[in-house]
Amino acid sequence: MTQPREGDGGAEHVRSAVAEAYRREWAFVLAATARVAGDIDIAEECAADAFGAALDTWLRDGIPTRPGAWLTTTARRRALDVLRREKTLRAKLPLLIDPEARGAYGDAEEPDVIPDDRLRLVFTCCHPALAREAQVALTLRLVCGLSTGEIAQAFLVSEPTMAARVTRAKKKIAAARIPYRVPGTTDLPDRLDAVLTVVHLLFTTGHAAPTGDQLVRHDLVERAIDLARMLLLLMPDEREVRGLLALMLLTDARRATRLDAEGRLRLLEDQDRAQWDVAAIEEGRALVFEALRGGRPGRFTLQAAIAALHGEAPTWEATDWRQILDLYDVLLTAWPSPVVALNRAVAVAMVHGWASGLAEVERLEADPRLTGYRYLASTKADLLRRLDRPEEAAVAYREALALADNSAEQRFLETRLAETTSATT
Amino acid sequence: MAQYLILIYQPERAEGEAIPPEVWQQAMEAHGRFAEQVVQSGGKILGGEALQSTSTATSIRGDVVTDGPFAETKEALGGFYLVEANDLDHALAIGKLCPAPEGGVEVRPVMDTSGG
Repeated sequence: MTQPREGDGGAEHVRSAVAEAYRREWAFVLAATARVAGDIDIAEECAADAFGAALDTWLRDGIPTRPGAWLTTTARRRALDVLRREKTLRAKLPLLIDPEARGAYGDAEEPDVIPDDRLRLVFTCCHPALAREAQVALTLRLVCGLSTGEIAQAFLVSEPTMAARVTRAKKKIAAARIPYRVPGTTDLPDRLDAVLTVVHLLFTTGHAAPTGDQLVRHDLVERAIDLARMLLLLMPDEREVRGLLALMLLTDARRATRLDAEGRLRLLEDQDRAQWDVAAIEEGRALVFEALRGGRPGRFTLQAAIAALHGEAPTWEATDWRQILDLYDVLLTAWPSPVVALNRAVAVAMVHGWASGLAEVERLEADPRLTGYRYLASTKADLLRRLDRPEEAAVAYREALALADNSAEQRFLETRLAETTSATT
Repeated sequence: MAQYLILIYQPERAEGEAIPPEVWQQAMEAHGRFAEQVVQSGGKILGGEALQSTSTATSIRGDVVTDGPFAETKEALGGFYLVEANDLDHALAIGKLCPAPEGGVEVRPVMDTSGG
């Protein structure tokens, strides 16, 4: 224990220590408490109580050397108290199912080493029986410790809507008996993919050009990266976790250059590469090399490898497009998504010429899954512009503009449209 | 004697809306009377349960698991099994084994009515 500090300085010190612990330890505390409580709502309540109690206790007794362990022990004791108090009532309510571990210690003494249950929590939040939007909301609420209001703000929905989504998901976990455990080896690949999809969705939501509060949105990016770091720590052998972390670091490394001074979207081609985050690119590249080692790489690793090639290229033109095209070919096999095929069309254009790229894009226009996909129209417009076909490019830019849903993209497209139409007159 | 499955359809309560105790009581009594009447009519109830709301349902088509009830209009309820499983993962694994090649199955938890 450190010495208690007197006065406001001490209180401020304790407040920031609790805030720091909240950010770093929330998931651990909640996950460990949920195992004892057998109920997410009780666990959340007890974990929140523990953080509340820390404010007073740490000011009085000093900040513990292991704040996480103090908080977890406190939260778990509270949960056991609640359970004892409500024993008869609880017996009738559905419990969070943990067949292996529940009752192993029950009311007994705290074990010396508190097991790390964060993976159980993550896999429960991202269970396939929950809708994707519910998985996302639960992960932010339970694993990242965000409030319902914060999550609602990040996803641009009202707080009551988000609260209903969270409540419904928690109710389903209890009523349908979604188990609190890490899936076995048979189910693990699919289940892990669902978890990584949720983390990536958080990232892309935060990374997309701003439609809402920019600060909150960037917080989503940081949360997603934190989550991937946590998953990598807990599952060091899962290469796709490494690939996803690399992909997010390499993409976020270009953050400072994504908009111009007027807030318009700036394409990769026109970005000032000197402003890219070199440290993030280096970390991302190292992770990609590790993730590529051994066996067939997954979709996140392949996307990260593509992002790494962009990250190390001195200019757009001097990029290793041939290798990028090869990677897209492999990616399309691993993940036959029309959006991947559209990105591949750009690489085709860079390797084989604009006309070849345009032919690929026109072929993709027949795919109903891409109907109304705004980047299909904007990619086509760009290729037509480069092929010096301004009338057709203008039509495609107008189509893309009608589909764009944020001001950065709209203003970029308006500028391009104006350039194209002035070229025709 | 032939066997029939009787399916009870009724409007669902709003999310989070509790069933008032008197309504619950009336329903329990009504179902108790129904059970007696079936016996009096010379029939027999082989099994029956109340289900949790559709918001707790999970559907499986092929191997794809999705949140929510099975709500395709071109398919109709063609049969049912009442199974016992450890948890939802176990129930979903059983659901995937259940033959429904042209459609799919819905897995819905049964309500515990023993507590009253």
